[in-house]
Amino acid sequence: MNARRTALWLFGAALLVAPAFLMSGYRLFQLTSMAVYAVAILGLDIVTGYTGQVSLGHGAFYAIGAYTGAILMTQFGWPYWATLPAGGAAAALVGYAVGFPALRLTGPYLALVTYALAVAVPQILRARALESWTGGAQGIVVTAPDPPAFLPLSQDAYLYLFTLAVAALLFLLARNMLSGRQLRAMIAVRDHALAAEAAGIDIARVKTRAFAVSAGITGVAGALGAIVVQFVAPDSFAATLSIALFVGLVVGGSASLPGALAGAAFVQFVPNLAETVNKSAPGVIYGVLLVAALYLMPSGVAGALRRTLPARLRTSTSPGKATPLPNKGATIHVD
Amino acid sequence: MPALLDIRDLHAGYGAGEVLHGIALSVESGGVTALLGANGAGKTTTLRAICGMLPRSGEISFDGARIDAATTEAIARSGIAHVPDGRGTFLDLTVEENMRLGAYIRRDRGVAADIARFCALFPVLGARFHQQAGTLSGGEQQMLAIARALLSRPRLLLLDEPSFGLAPLIVQQLFATLAQIRAESGIGILLVEQNAGLALDFADHACILEAGRIALAGTAAALAADAQVRRVYLGY
Amino acid sequence: MIGFLHQTLSGLATGAIYAAVALALVMVYRATHHLNFAQGEMATFSTYIALSLIQAGAPYWVAFVLTALFSFVLGFALERLLLRRFAEAPGLTAVGVSIGLLLIFNALSGWLFGFTVKQFPSPFESGGVVLGGLVSAHEIGMVGVTLIVLLAVYAFFRFTPLGLAMRAAAANPASSRLVGIRVGRMLALGWGLAAVLGSIAGMMVAPVVFLDPNMMFGILLYAFAGALLGGIDNPAGAVIGGFAVGVIENLGGAYLVGTELKLTLALIIIAAVLVLRPAGLFGRIVVARV
Repeated sequence: MNARRTALWLFGAALLVAPAFLMSGYRLFQLTSMAVYAVAILGLDIVTGYTGQVSLGHGAFYAIGAYTGAILMTQFGWPYWATLPAGGAAAALVGYAVGFPALRLTGPYLALVTYALAVAVPQILRARALESWTGGAQGIVVTAPDPPAFLPLSQDAYLYLFTLAVAALLFLLARNMLSGRQLRAMIAVRDHALAAEAAGIDIARVKTRAFAVSAGITGVAGALGAIVVQFVAPDSFAATLSIALFVGLVVGGSASLPGALAGAAFVQFVPNLAETVNKSAPGVIYGVLLVAALYLMPSGVAGALRRTLPARLRTSTSPGKATPLPNKGATIHVD
Repeated sequence: MPALLDIRDLHAGYGAGEVLHGIALSVESGGVTALLGANGAGKTTTLRAICGMLPRSGEISFDGARIDAATTEAIARSGIAHVPDGRGTFLDLTVEENMRLGAYIRRDRGVAADIARFCALFPVLGARFHQQAGTLSGGEQQMLAIARALLSRPRLLLLDEPSFGLAPLIVQQLFATLAQIRAESGIGILLVEQNAGLALDFADHACILEAGRIALAGTAAALAADAQVRRVYLGY
Repeated sequence: MIGFLHQTLSGLATGAIYAAVALALVMVYRATHHLNFAQGEMATFSTYIALSLIQAGAPYWVAFVLTALFSFVLGFALERLLLRRFAEAPGLTAVGVSIGLLLIFNALSGWLFGFTVKQFPSPFESGGVVLGGLVSAHEIGMVGVTLIVLLAVYAFFRFTPLGLAMRAAAANPASSRLVGIRVGRMLALGWGLAAVLGSIAGMMVAPVVFLDPNMMFGILLYAFAGALLGGIDNPAGAVIGGFAVGVIENLGGAYLVGTELKLTLALIIIAAVLVLRPAGLFGRIVVARV
């Protein structure tokens, strides 16, 4: 890494850390939850962007992570940081179970079963049988963690930095995972299913594993979200959350890590802004932008930037450059 | 009289790869032009280009009107029927439905009579009238494809390897039938055929395609008499 | 026993709705190989149109027919103006566009007609109780109308040249063009017909579940389950699957999971079909095709 790149990285890091000291209250909270969404969309990106399988149910994995975290904290007294891997593992497990039957098949089955999951999960969370665990429709209130005594930070600032650190860690993990053999296998599966199979790649296995990892990352985001929002309830995880994550992914740009960030900004800020106009406006804007984005920039905001930014800048700002293919015409042929 | 089909400087190919590099050929009204050549020379591509099934440039006139920018369905509606490579059978539909689809563009009342006629001509189609076309053998599907094409009452028939997969006896019958239809209806035929001897017997004109260019063209009789053609394509 | 019979009959009645929507989904799927996630929201939007017509004074059946016509035009125009541009798109784009339409129609319904839950009239209410109180007059009428529509659709596809051409265009577009079928137009017709089926399902179910912008949300999921159960590429299977899912839902809701987990039942059906018989009861095997 040369000095110039190091400087850019430091600058970027400073830019991300600065709000913890410059902002407070609701504004900072918004940035924190945007970072949480970025992780959730990152998870979705791994399956939908990189393997070309559409998931409409990542809101459900987010919910599973959030509830796992909330239950472990409130009923088992787990420390907040320990709930993140547990929430991820729970979501990954469900992801594996749901993904496996659908991913053996070629066709829109994953989209279908994940859509069903997205619709069903809020109902399950509300179910009376599980009420002693989930708190039913009331949900669970979580106590926010205090900053460690040695850090002179407000609770909001600490939460922001903690979320940022987790997000950075997961992005780095994803980046490493997506830079090697694993990524090539996934892209091969996405673009050339038949050839990939002939080359000895077990397609169903690659897809199902990717899907479990993807659900797991979004589950971590859920657990993180439970800590940040300090509350989980079925209504927070309606099917609209899954759809919002999907829209964020597409508008931000699939198969690109910076795209997840752009998508998160979209999901965090656009509905709030639009709702000031009209209760229906977020839906219309989501829908129209989604269709327009698919039509005008099939590789999303990140892809559009990648094409317009000078190459010099690109190498440092685009860790997703390992995937040169825009998503137009680049999925497994569904037949 | 202008030719029924007149092709000039036709270029066509799949995506980036050009297969036809500017060919010219024509089919007279009521005439048969055979298109011969080795595998990969561009015979099937020529037929597909005529039907607008792939990107092409150049001049294609059918019955005096340019069709080189028309869609496949418009070309079919203008009176060109194509028995494609692979036969194009609607495998899920019955034999009857396949035949009715052949007559899809017709609005006259003679369809049922024509279907009965082709069932008589190809008895196996009559016998399997209500079966799924996917259950037919390759040869039977070939007959169905020809019946389907002729049921549109075309003025020009594009035949891609009609003898493919058929027993020699059936091939003889088929060409006798085609000759009969040609005599009755004055239909023009552009015939792509591996069996050069058969094709030159049947055609009045012939072209030989080599690597996307017309290497030789003339009357069928002249080509059949050409020493090189005899050696390379006819094998004697 | 009476309770069981009641639940079964009532399940058949809602099953009729699922069957109609499932058939709409299968029609679009056969032609495009994509699922239309917006099918339900389009139907809700159409139902609002019907309510507006009725409130404006139109007799029920006039509003019914006008709404069906409107829905046909809506579906046809959507395909011609919008979806055609995505015809060659990969799965992600296709799903994305239909999700986009879902959001747009859902929001439009709320925007134009309000978010409050509304009552929707039934043309069958006057008959009162039928079959000793086992089913309502509306349930009978709902099944009757749906069956008539399904039969009409069957007859259209089976016996008319246009129906044949639509089947051909869905199964084999290349060969269809060669016989002169305008494949693009057939696709748009298919979208139009699917929208008509959805709108009729919407108008029939609205008196039971009441009309609000999210009315078809759960129904779409059951329709998906029905379509998958019957075979996602098999129209007759989808209809049978739709009725079956209606009965399973009602009996399962009454005796197994309770009404609060009814949507979970749809998830279970979908997952079970994918595990046990991915092609559905009447579809073709699709496992391990690349």
